Amino acid sequence: MDSFFQQLVNGVALGSIYALIALGYTMVYGVLRFINFAHADILMLGAFSAYFLSPAIQQIFPLPGIGGALVVMLLAAIICAGIGVGVEFCAYRPLRKRPNLAVLITAIGVSLLIEYTCQHRAVFGAETRPFPQLIAERNLDLVGLTVSNLDVLVVVMTVILLVVMWLVVNRTKIGTAMRALSFNREAAALMGIDINRVISFTFAMGSALAAVAGVLYALKAPGIEPLMGIHPGLRAFVAAVLGGIGNLPGASLGGLILGLLETFAGGIAGLSNYRDAIAFSILILILLFRPAGILGKNSVEKV
Amino acid sequence: MSLKGGKRWLLLGFLLAVFLSWVSGFLNPYDRGVWIDCGINVILAVSLNLILGYTGQFSLGHAGFMSVGGYTAAKLTLVTVALIPASFHPLAFVIACLLGGLAAAVAGLIVGIPSLRLRGDYLAIVTLGAGEIIRVIWQNTEAVGGASGLSGIPKSTTLGWTFAFAVLTIYVVLCLVNSTYGRGFIAVADDELAADAMGINPVRYKVTAFVVGAFFAGIAGALYAHHKQTIVPTGFDWLKSVDIVVMVILGGMGRTPGVIVAAILLTWLPEQLRVIADYRMIVYALLIILLMILRPQGLFTFKTRKGASVS
Repeated sequence: MDSFFQQLVNGVALGSIYALIALGYTMVYGVLRFINFAHADILMLGAFSAYFLSPAIQQIFPLPGIGGALVVMLLAAIICAGIGVGVEFCAYRPLRKRPNLAVLITAIGVSLLIEYTCQHRAVFGAETRPFPQLIAERNLDLVGLTVSNLDVLVVVMTVILLVVMWLVVNRTKIGTAMRALSFNREAAALMGIDINRVISFTFAMGSALAAVAGVLYALKAPGIEPLMGIHPGLRAFVAAVLGGIGNLPGASLGGLILGLLETFAGGIAGLSNYRDAIAFSILILILLFRPAGILGKNSVEKV
Repeated sequence: MSLKGGKRWLLLGFLLAVFLSWVSGFLNPYDRGVWIDCGINVILAVSLNLILGYTGQFSLGHAGFMSVGGYTAAKLTLVTVALIPASFHPLAFVIACLLGGLAAAVAGLIVGIPSLRLRGDYLAIVTLGAGEIIRVIWQNTEAVGGASGLSGIPKSTTLGWTFAFAVLTIYVVLCLVNSTYGRGFIAVADDELAADAMGINPVRYKVTAFVVGAFFAGIAGALYAHHKQTIVPTGFDWLKSVDIVVMVILGGMGRTPGVIVAAILLTWLPEQLRVIADYRMIVYALLIILLMILRPQGLFTFKTRKGASVS
C-alpha cells in the first residue's frame, strides 16, 4: 500500500510538469487554432537559458537556493517569451490568412530548425550536459511517505501558475481579448481588438510557461540536451487534448492523468516499453470518441 | 493490338525499366544506390500525393505504412530465401513486394476507417500517432529483431524493378484521379460538404485514397528493405513522414509531375551537399518554413489548381 501512495506522489509530480507544458499548448491553440510544434523546443531553450545563466546569477544570489532558482526561472521565462514572440512574428504571422495545413507544416519546420540549430556543435552540441543544481534535493518525510522537495516545488509552482493564468484569462482586459479572439477572430478585430498584439502576448505567456516547465523538468532530469523537449512535449500535448484543448483546467487535469498513468504503467513490467504507444493510443481514442476532451465543450462543425 | 492513352505510357515506362536495368550494370554502385533511392522516394511521394494532394487528407503516417510493407516483405524473404531455388528469387522478391504492399494496405484500412472522420490538424495528429504506434510495435517485437531491426536481407532491389514499380505507381494514381470515379477525390478535397451533397460519399473516397496510398507506400518500403539490406524501427519515425510531406508540398499538391521532380531533387540534392553536412538539416528546416511563407503552391506550379492546396 505504501508503494501505491509513493507512486501516486511521483505521478502527481510528473503530471504537474506535463500540466505546466500543456497550459502553453492549450493557450496557443485556444487563440490561434493550431498546434505549436515548437513549444517543446522552447521548453528545451528554457532549460539551456537556465544552464547558461546560473553561473552569472550565482555571483548575486546564493545557489543552490530557492531565491536564486526563482530568479533563474524568471530570467529564463523572459528570454523564452522573447523567443516565442520572435518565432510567432517571423514564421507564423505571415501565414495568418492561410489554411491550417500551411501553419502546421511551418510549425514542424520551426521545431526542426530549433532542434537542428541547437544540435550543431557551434551552438549547444548534441551531447548531454549536467544541469546545475539550482536547489539542493532533500527528501522530506510526509506522513510516512518520502517526498523530494523538488516535487513539492513543482506541484506548488504549477498550482500558482495555473491560478495566475486563470486570473489573466478571466479577469484582465487582455484576457478578455484573448477569449474574444478564440471565439471569433474577425468579430474581435471589428470590435477594435489589436489581434497581433493579443497573439504576441499569448505566445509570450505560453513560452514563459514552457521555460519554467523546462527548468523544473531539467532539475529532475539526468541532464539537458537539444532533444530533451520532445518526450515531455508529446505527453503534454496528449494531456492538452485529453483535457480539452483550449481549456486551462482541462490541460492541468490531463497532465495529472497522464503523469499518473505513466508512473503506474512504468511500474508494471512489460508495459514500460510501450509508454509512447500508450500515450498515442490515449490521444487517438480521445480524438475519435470525445474530440472536445474531458472538460471541453462539444462543438458542432458549422458550414 | 491497339493501346490507348495512358496504357501506351505504361508500356513505354516498362520498356524504359528494362532498358535501365541493362544500363544500371554500367553505373558505379554509389550512383546506382542514389538512383534507386530516387525511385523509392518517387513512389512514396506520388502515393502520398493521392492522399494529401488530390484528396486533401493530411496524413503524417506514411512512414508507418512504409515500415509495414518493408517489414512484411523482408521477413517473408528471410524466411523463404533458403527454401526457394536461386533462379526463382527475383520472382519471390516481386511477390514479397506485392504482399508487403497488401499488408500496408490492410494497415491503411485499419487506420483509415476510424481516423478519416477527423479533419485537418486532428487527422494529422492521429495519423502521426498511428505511425508512431506501428514503430513502437516493431521496436518491441522480437520476431522482427526488436530495436536492432532486421538485417541480412538479400539485395534484390534493382534499378529496373524500382523504376517499374515507380511507373506503375504513377500510372495507377494518374488513371485513378483522371477517371470519372476519380473526380470524387478532387471534389472531396475542394469541399467535402458540397461533395457530400452531390451524392459523393466522402468517407469512401478518403478510405480508398488512404488504402491505395498505403499499398504503394508498402511497396516502397519493401524495395527500401531489399535495397538497404537492413531496416531498423527508428528509420521509419515521423520525421520520415515529414520528409515525404515536404516532397509533395515542394512539388505542388495534386500535381504529379511536380511531385516526381521534387522527390528526385530532394533525394539527389542532399547527396551533393555532403560537404556542408553539418548545416544540411538546418537548411532543410529553413526551406520548409520559407516554402510555406513564400511559395505554398509548390515550386513547379504555374497553372490553375486542382485538388487540395495550402495556399
